[in-house]
Amino acid sequence: MGGVPGVRGRHRTQDHLSAAVGHPASPTTGPVAARRSVTGVKPLDPRLLRHAATARVYLALTVGLGLASAVLILGQATLLADILPRVFLDRAPLAKVTGPMALLAAVLLGRAGIAWAGEVAAHLSSARVKSQLRAGLLRHAVALGPAWLARERSGELAALATRGVDALDGYFARYLPQLVLALLVPVAVLARVVTTDWLSAVTIAVILPLIPVFMALIGINTQRRTQRQWSTLSTLAGHFLDVVEGLPTLRIFGRAKAQAAAVRRITNEYRIATMATLRIAFLSALVLELLSMLAVALVAVSVGLRLVDGRVSLHTALLVLLLAPEAYLPVRQVGAQFHASMEGVTAAERVFAVLETSGPDRSATSARPPAAVPDLCAATVSVEAVWFTWPARDVPALAEVSLALHPGERLALVGDSGAGKSSLVSLLLGFTRPQQGRITVGGTDLADLPLVQWRRQLAWVSQRPYLFAASIADNIRLGEPETGLEAVRQAARLANAAEFVESLPAAYDTVVGERGVGLSAGQRQRIALARAFLRDAPVLLLDEPTANLDAESAAAVQDGLERLMAGRTVLLVVHRLALARGADRIVVMSAGRVVEVGTPAELDAVQGPWSALVAAAGPSVGATGSTGAAGAVGAVGAEVSG
Amino acid sequence: MWRLLRLARPQLGRLALSVVAGAAAVASSVGLMAVSAWLISRAAQHPPVLDLAVAVVAIRTFGIGRGIFRYAERLISHDAAFRVLADLRVRVYTRLEPLAPAGLADFRSGDLLSRLVADVDALQDLFLRVLPPPLIAAIVGGSAVVLAWALLPGAGAVLAATLLLAGVAVPALTTRSGRRASARVAAARGELSMHVVDLLHGAPELLAYGAADTQLDRVARSDAELTGLSRSTALTTGLGAGLGSVAAGLALWGTLRVAVPAVSAGSLDGVWLAVLVLTALAVFEVVAPLPVAAQQLERVRRAAGRVFGVLDAPAPVNDPARPRPVPAGTPVVTLEAARLRYASDAACALDGVDLRLEPGRRIAVVGPSGAGKTTLALVLLRFVELDGGRATLAGHDLRDYAQDDVRRVIGACLQDAHLFDTTVRENIRLAQPDATDEQLTDAAERAELGPWIASLPAGWDTRVGERGAQVSGGQRQRLALARALLADPPVLLLDEPTANLDSITEQALMGSLLRATEGRTTLLITHRLVGLDAVDEVVVLDRGRVVQRGRHADLVRSAGLYRRLWELEAGLTAVD
Repeated sequence: MGGVPGVRGRHRTQDHLSAAVGHPASPTTGPVAARRSVTGVKPLDPRLLRHAATARVYLALTVGLGLASAVLILGQATLLADILPRVFLDRAPLAKVTGPMALLAAVLLGRAGIAWAGEVAAHLSSARVKSQLRAGLLRHAVALGPAWLARERSGELAALATRGVDALDGYFARYLPQLVLALLVPVAVLARVVTTDWLSAVTIAVILPLIPVFMALIGINTQRRTQRQWSTLSTLAGHFLDVVEGLPTLRIFGRAKAQAAAVRRITNEYRIATMATLRIAFLSALVLELLSMLAVALVAVSVGLRLVDGRVSLHTALLVLLLAPEAYLPVRQVGAQFHASMEGVTAAERVFAVLETSGPDRSATSARPPAAVPDLCAATVSVEAVWFTWPARDVPALAEVSLALHPGERLALVGDSGAGKSSLVSLLLGFTRPQQGRITVGGTDLADLPLVQWRRQLAWVSQRPYLFAASIADNIRLGEPETGLEAVRQAARLANAAEFVESLPAAYDTVVGERGVGLSAGQRQRIALARAFLRDAPVLLLDEPTANLDAESAAAVQDGLERLMAGRTVLLVVHRLALARGADRIVVMSAGRVVEVGTPAELDAVQGPWSALVAAAGPSVGATGSTGAAGAVGAVGAEVSG
Repeated sequence: MWRLLRLARPQLGRLALSVVAGAAAVASSVGLMAVSAWLISRAAQHPPVLDLAVAVVAIRTFGIGRGIFRYAERLISHDAAFRVLADLRVRVYTRLEPLAPAGLADFRSGDLLSRLVADVDALQDLFLRVLPPPLIAAIVGGSAVVLAWALLPGAGAVLAATLLLAGVAVPALTTRSGRRASARVAAARGELSMHVVDLLHGAPELLAYGAADTQLDRVARSDAELTGLSRSTALTTGLGAGLGSVAAGLALWGTLRVAVPAVSAGSLDGVWLAVLVLTALAVFEVVAPLPVAAQQLERVRRAAGRVFGVLDAPAPVNDPARPRPVPAGTPVVTLEAARLRYASDAACALDGVDLRLEPGRRIAVVGPSGAGKTTLALVLLRFVELDGGRATLAGHDLRDYAQDDVRRVIGACLQDAHLFDTTVRENIRLAQPDATDEQLTDAAERAELGPWIASLPAGWDTRVGERGAQVSGGQRQRLALARALLADPPVLLLDEPTANLDSITEQALMGSLLRATEGRTTLLITHRLVGLDAVDEVVVLDRGRVVQRGRHADLVRSAGLYRRLWELEAGLTAVD
């Protein structure tokens, strides 16, 4: 529940209201449900049956149990209506009613059995369905690729795959069985009652459809009101967390104590706003209870009065009285389970939305058999007039970009953030594909190559490499899980990682990642370098691995990096211009276009974009009266300072 | 749990009222069935219709009463729970306040803090979902037993026994096995979630290194384990449901078993037979919510444990009994052989640090990460106490002053300053709530925010979003700087103002900072050596010790850590 970064306030309010409305015995169309009904929640989404095979079996089972349940309810009422008058009117002793009493015991045991079976089936199927949905969701998400994942905020997706899908428990274990009962039992009851006392049947039948009608009417009203209040509510709901997170800041400015009053005031405002919504939201429960209880009362009084004149028998009267509440019970409960279930249904809908997203289009090429990937030790990678626009953006990230990466060459890619450097790397890794133009490898279109084999020849190190919740050794041999420990050690040594890894108590078996030991950014970066060493690929894609590191760690990483680059083809994305100097050629990008290409010496010689970047990097500090960062070391220092 | 109840004392009246209304609601439906049973039984004896008038009225009243009482119960209980929540939040807040930030170090990750806040909110469930059901069950169930007993003691005994079975034994059983399983389920769930997060966050690496399938298998394995565990949970919940149903059946059947002979023997008037049976049927509604209430109780108990665990932590710093008034003007601030370690087995965060900040001077504290720079800031702001040596302000130990007074003199702009989910104006004004618009504009100008604010859709009244999500890293730090400048403290402390910024933004911000603090007593803490020739003294920290100090120009010339850091950094940032 809740706690998803980025949309916290909103989720919290939702939780709060559903917590508030989803009181154990709370039917209703509350604000949450009302809000969701906008998105068109169906009681039973056919996609659920399509995507999770277990759900079909379970639905069949539930209908079966529901039918059995309805039969037993009728049986129980009939037996009681048989026993009671005989004992009451005829003073029948126990011995005369042993038959019906034994049958009644059997019926009661049967109902207990159904209760047990229903519950077990619900939980087991729910677990299976969740597992199937989760697997499908994750497999599909990975197939959609990192470019899509980045847009979808993987944190939210992770929450959906775990806690989100878990919310389906409420749907399967509570809502669905009640929904089936709510459809079967009233019909069965009516069919039974109409044969004995049609007047009562009419009473029950007339009031039954009024329930959903009134609930819908109130639901619509609530929905309008809630939507108006929604932003107020979510601001108020998130306030406490905001204040608690800002405590250090508040204390520095001596404002912390004053905020206690604000916490009380805003929580009270939140209470008042929420209560205003709840007053209306609970109305639908009120109507539900009123109608169903009044129906029973009407039926009871009517049969009672007709019994006085002998127009109905005691048997009939009892049967009707026993069955009338049974017709309304599942309807009431299905309302009560509505909220718990809707959370799961909403989660399922989001899962389906992901499953129905189609990935980067390979259909055009999948018809042809994939070509063999050329050996990158010899083949040139060319980007040919490539256009690329990220989905939902207006401006292309890459416009008419062409460049070649020759075997053994070291190419530096420079430009401000947003120039298109990362988009280009993403294309080369096959995470995205060009909308126009193409990338070729030794003359073959990258689109025709099997991505797995293509990536096998690449080693990629990003600015913030990800470490997995596994041992350091497993993190290093990420690409080749079969590698022995000696090779892992060797890679770590080359990456300047061996020293700190071996000083850890469990050395290469140390678990890192979320639950493991904390590593500094520089240490993580060196593990990522070791990963690339072990991969031993002919082409390196490096997204400036030393950015965001303090000087000392950066130096250690840089040292390993130099060793890694030796003898390989390198595409190096550069943020600190100094690093570009070691490259064979520099490609300057700006606003998605390649604006300058050449050797460092060639670019220095002209007053082009490169020189402009170089000039811009210095003086912004110089203006403060500093000599500039370059002062102590460089030949250009004198020009840049001042 | 008792502590929680004590906190709710002001709302006990409302809570009691909601329980009474809830009991009345359930009693209405039991009463409806019982009176209807009597009505029908009596009617079968063909009495004058007038004899039934009272019962008819009662039935109609019960029919209406249930819905209305239920509505009242829910409104009253929610209102009371929200009122308790307001008290709880204030109580938690006032206890958290002295703990921040040092006492909340374990909560540095925002997720844990939001968990804590969610826990506080979860506590109100005690009053909504945990306490009322058993109380209502006791009231209504108890009354039904007494009435049944009055008619036929045997029936009362049957009802009492079966209600206890369904209302006490079954929830106890399911809760106990639930508790046993929950630790294993939580562990499996955590494992699964960890692998899922790895899969999604690490997807680029996994795909680039062809390891996606391996990770998907890992997810599938922990998923299978979790699904396996839920099988045993399913069996227990099923058992609970089955037993509950058995108890209700036993009540019905048992009542018949004792009542039938009583009627034929004449010891019970037959009119009451159906009343007893239908009461036994209807009253089991009261025990239905109890298993859920028991589960909620577990949840509330765990949340309360976590919340009180935080609240009971000792405050890292306490104010003196009689704080010394802070002097007017700009005082001298010093550290003398300052020593501090966070845990007895940890290395010293500060190990004999001396520092002297004279009025009007600017000192920079530099050093690699982990050198003790941030600790030094926390000490000067009196967020933590030294273990040895002392910190002084105007010649007196910092401990002699009240914390708030110290922070009035030494203001700060800390790393990752929090932006509140409100407007730009309110975020800056926080530092000085009665600031005039002129003062605000002036502070913003000095932090070089003017053009940015002018470019915003609603200018000063633009909201910054949750955690300042709508604001870029550079502007965020400038906002924090403007805030600190508005507070206008005699001594200004800036902790890593340029952390997590790209180098171009960093250089621009550093320029703004240095211009804005010219002539102001400033302590600048940073791990990047940008623009430090503008400050009066540079103090180089390494592993809690001062290893070098002096002016930038001299430090660069002499061998040592500073020169090494400088060269490393210049090698990376300079244009050769």
